[in-house]
Amino acid sequence: MAGLAAVRFRVNGVERTVEAPPVKRLLDVLREDLQLTGTKEGCGEGECGSCAVLMNGELVNSCLVPVLQAEGAVVCTIEGVSVDGRLAPVQQCFLEEGGAQCGICTPGMILATHHLLEKYPQPTLLQIQEGLAGNLCRCTGYMRIFEAVRQASERGRD
Amino acid sequence: MAKTEAPKPILGTSPLRKEGVAKVLGATRYIDDIALDGMLFGATVRASIARGRILDIQFEQKDDLGNPIDWSKFTIVTANDIPGENTIVHLTKDHPCLAAEFINHPEEPILLLAHREKAMLPAAVAAVKITYEEWPGVFTIEDSEAGIERAKAGDETGVIWRGHGHGGGNNTFKTYCMLKDQTEIPESVWAEAAYIVEGEYRTGAQEQLYIENNGVIAECVVADEAVQEVTVQGSMQCPFYLVHALELVFNLPADRCRVIQVETGGAFGGKEDFPSVIGSHAALLAMKSGRPVKMTYDRAEDMVATTKRHPSRTRHRTAVAKDGRLLAGEIEFVIDGGAYATLSPVVLSRGVIHSPGPYDWPYLRVDGRAVATNVAPHGAFRGFGAPQSIFAVERHMDKIAGVVGITPEEMRRRNFLKSGEKTATGQHLSDPVDLQGLLTRALREADYHRKREEFARTNVGAVVKRGIGFASFFHGSGFTGSGERRLNSLVEIELNAEGMPNILVSSTEFGQGTNTILCQVAAQTLKIPYDDVLIAQPDTYRVPNSGPTVASRTAMIVGKLVERAAEQLCVTLVGSGFLAEGYTGEEFKDGAKRYLAANGALKASVRYQAPADIFWDDEQYRGDAYPAYAWAVYVAEVAVDTRTYQATVTDFHALQEVGKVLHPKLAAGQIEGGVAQGIGYALYEKCVWQNGRMANNQMTNYIMPTSADLPPIHAHFEEVPSIHGPGGAKGIGELPMDGPAPAILNAIEQATGIAFGEIPLLPEDIFARMTGTDGAEKLNPDVMEPAIAAAVGEVGD
Ligand code: FES
Ligand code: FES
Repeated sequence: MAGLAAVRFRVNGVERTVEAPPVKRLLDVLREDLQLTGTKEGCGEGECGSCAVLMNGELVNSCLVPVLQAEGAVVCTIEGVSVDGRLAPVQQCFLEEGGAQCGICTPGMILATHHLLEKYPQPTLLQIQEGLAGNLCRCTGYMRIFEAVRQASERGRD
Repeated sequence: MAKTEAPKPILGTSPLRKEGVAKVLGATRYIDDIALDGMLFGATVRASIARGRILDIQFEQKDDLGNPIDWSKFTIVTANDIPGENTIVHLTKDHPCLAAEFINHPEEPILLLAHREKAMLPAAVAAVKITYEEWPGVFTIEDSEAGIERAKAGDETGVIWRGHGHGGGNNTFKTYCMLKDQTEIPESVWAEAAYIVEGEYRTGAQEQLYIENNGVIAECVVADEAVQEVTVQGSMQCPFYLVHALELVFNLPADRCRVIQVETGGAFGGKEDFPSVIGSHAALLAMKSGRPVKMTYDRAEDMVATTKRHPSRTRHRTAVAKDGRLLAGEIEFVIDGGAYATLSPVVLSRGVIHSPGPYDWPYLRVDGRAVATNVAPHGAFRGFGAPQSIFAVERHMDKIAGVVGITPEEMRRRNFLKSGEKTATGQHLSDPVDLQGLLTRALREADYHRKREEFARTNVGAVVKRGIGFASFFHGSGFTGSGERRLNSLVEIELNAEGMPNILVSSTEFGQGTNTILCQVAAQTLKIPYDDVLIAQPDTYRVPNSGPTVASRTAMIVGKLVERAAEQLCVTLVGSGFLAEGYTGEEFKDGAKRYLAANGALKASVRYQAPADIFWDDEQYRGDAYPAYAWAVYVAEVAVDTRTYQATVTDFHALQEVGKVLHPKLAAGQIEGGVAQGIGYALYEKCVWQNGRMANNQMTNYIMPTSADLPPIHAHFEEVPSIHGPGGAKGIGELPMDGPAPAILNAIEQATGIAFGEIPLLPEDIFARMTGTDGAEKLNPDVMEPAIAAAVGEVGD
């Protein structure tokens, strides 16, 4: 096999070091090396957003990120969103509003929402639509997801 | 003393989705999240031609980059390894599990490979070199029909399917003739009609595009050189379909073929029949290697090789009275089934029965035909034939209205079916049907009249043209015809050790809410809290066959069986004295535990009983096609930009009567998701075919709607309880796929003045029609509105 690189980064608050081919996709490192299977593969080409994670605060499609690029980075996956197994407000709102149907797009969608609400704590509908446009959902038609985002932004206010 | 406070009804409220917490946590384990010890990964070697014969197969010693391949490290399966029959059985046995000699479509599986490292597979697949004798392919409905015609003259080179003794014929999987009242249309009707209106309508293939690709893990127990048992777990809708497929491939009894559904990331029909293919393949690799084998497709393979919605062509010829009343109709409905029959006969049947729309036809003849092409088999997709034929009839109604000179609304109002009337199959509509009322409300919700009038005014001279249009339609709940009788579904509820009822069904959850609504039904019937009801993972060793999860049947048919099983459980507990009437949730559990202590176990079983007044005659193709129908009117508002030729849906109102709504949030979610898919079907999703192969098999070039593409989708319900479903519910799942496409094209006709008859309708198609570059008659610039005339001028010069 080609040479392995040792890559150090912080995932969900924990320092991790993995030995992996430098071009191995961050998606596969998360799923295979770190057993963080909440990050999903839908297309493998940056179109669907089901592999989305936060890297240094930015929303990235982990299927497009060679792990070497994550050296020194701070990564947050869906497993890092909840606190001690308790749902974060965004998760609670997706649950209550029916924002998750089959659930396969949900981890990426929740991270995208997180990112959106950081940027726009009180987003307009257009900001929600555009902020989530990189995350495909085939089940919901997005309406309940928009509602979940609105609810989460309401809760963020109090 | 019994307590008087009755528990609040849970049906009609929106409790949290049963498996919802795990989903929002990202903790749900889908098939690709599961790994077994010693597991290998499987891959498929597919044909590279559409039609022909295999001459030779070579395993290259080096891959395309010159690296050596150690074939001894691969498990290789060919058709010769199949212990049972080389077939994937659905309705017939024409579909091989692996091609042994003949190739009938470009993605035909020929060989299977497995290796410990997934990364080793692509190069190995590419290093299997197959040579063929290639024959000319049949790629469209017209090619297929031409093949049939030539065969009549003795030239069989265009015949790719020969009937296989299953009622079909040359290139024809199935035909149906639906003749209202078994009466041919008298010639005099045509002669005396004020108008005869003809139209041809076409719909394209559509990819289900669930976000989780098809995938399974198979294990196989081999002893004494024979397969003893096969287990497949995976992403699927219908575990017992796969059991049936494995029985034949492995020549095993059903009780040695175990199938387990794991959490499934979307399906929409795309995981109805296809898991029988990938499941059988993985199991063959497991047999040969002696290891568990995981097979998951990547997006490109899933899109190119698995089923899609059947393309269709519908021709209408309609006799109409001066006032717009329908006098008689001839409908020819043809679907492209692809290379093998799979589910095409059933898709055809639903399409034929829905082809007349919700109208009263004094005379009607529908001829349906499913034809063969050298394309990967088309299969189930939400709506199952109905979206195709409803698209045609709802476009045609607008066309007739134009010919007669009445509004599309008036056209419908003069012809709607009413309670007490008969459908085209002779089914007496005994349940209340109020299409007039539905239409009135839908148009009001959408502010249709005001907008229609406003757009007619403001479009003159506008660069962005607006339009509003609607479609009225119905969708039958449950299996077609005698399907439910044949399925003979069984449902069980058992008590677990904590005294909690556990629902045992093979009905699967893939996002629609099966788990949640079935638990609601049981909770309400048993008068206990929703949280106290459990539902088991579908594992065919553990759950009975409650039928496939298809055909808008789960809420109505399976839900009713759950209701009856819960009643039976309750009667047993109360009747045996362990539970007193008026019990609380806690008392139920205590009583149940005491019953278990005394009797060991309790399981209530209930089997489907066809309602006595429901009858279907397969021979005559007449009778009660479905136990109940959902009725709907959908209104779409569009904007067409005459510079970019992009049509966008700007608002959408979906009103339906689906009986009582069991869970308002889930129900609205079903409608919104279905409408979004319908909008994609109409305006975005185009399969580009090259010699029978989908050329745009990526999410980058097959475009489904994103959150930024969709209008507000307003779901409205009219609730009329039905006796057929639990708590008065009817089916809902497929309905929302039927209405959007015709409503949108009807709206585009108002916007552009052009009567488009084909979907998907992409900007290039609108461009071609508006500029006359499609070969069709160019718009008459004299009657064209200025902005269009200007746009045409720009492009034409
Ligand atoms: S899997 Fe990364 S964007 Fe689709
Ligand atoms: S919930 Fe299924 S893809 Fe979004």
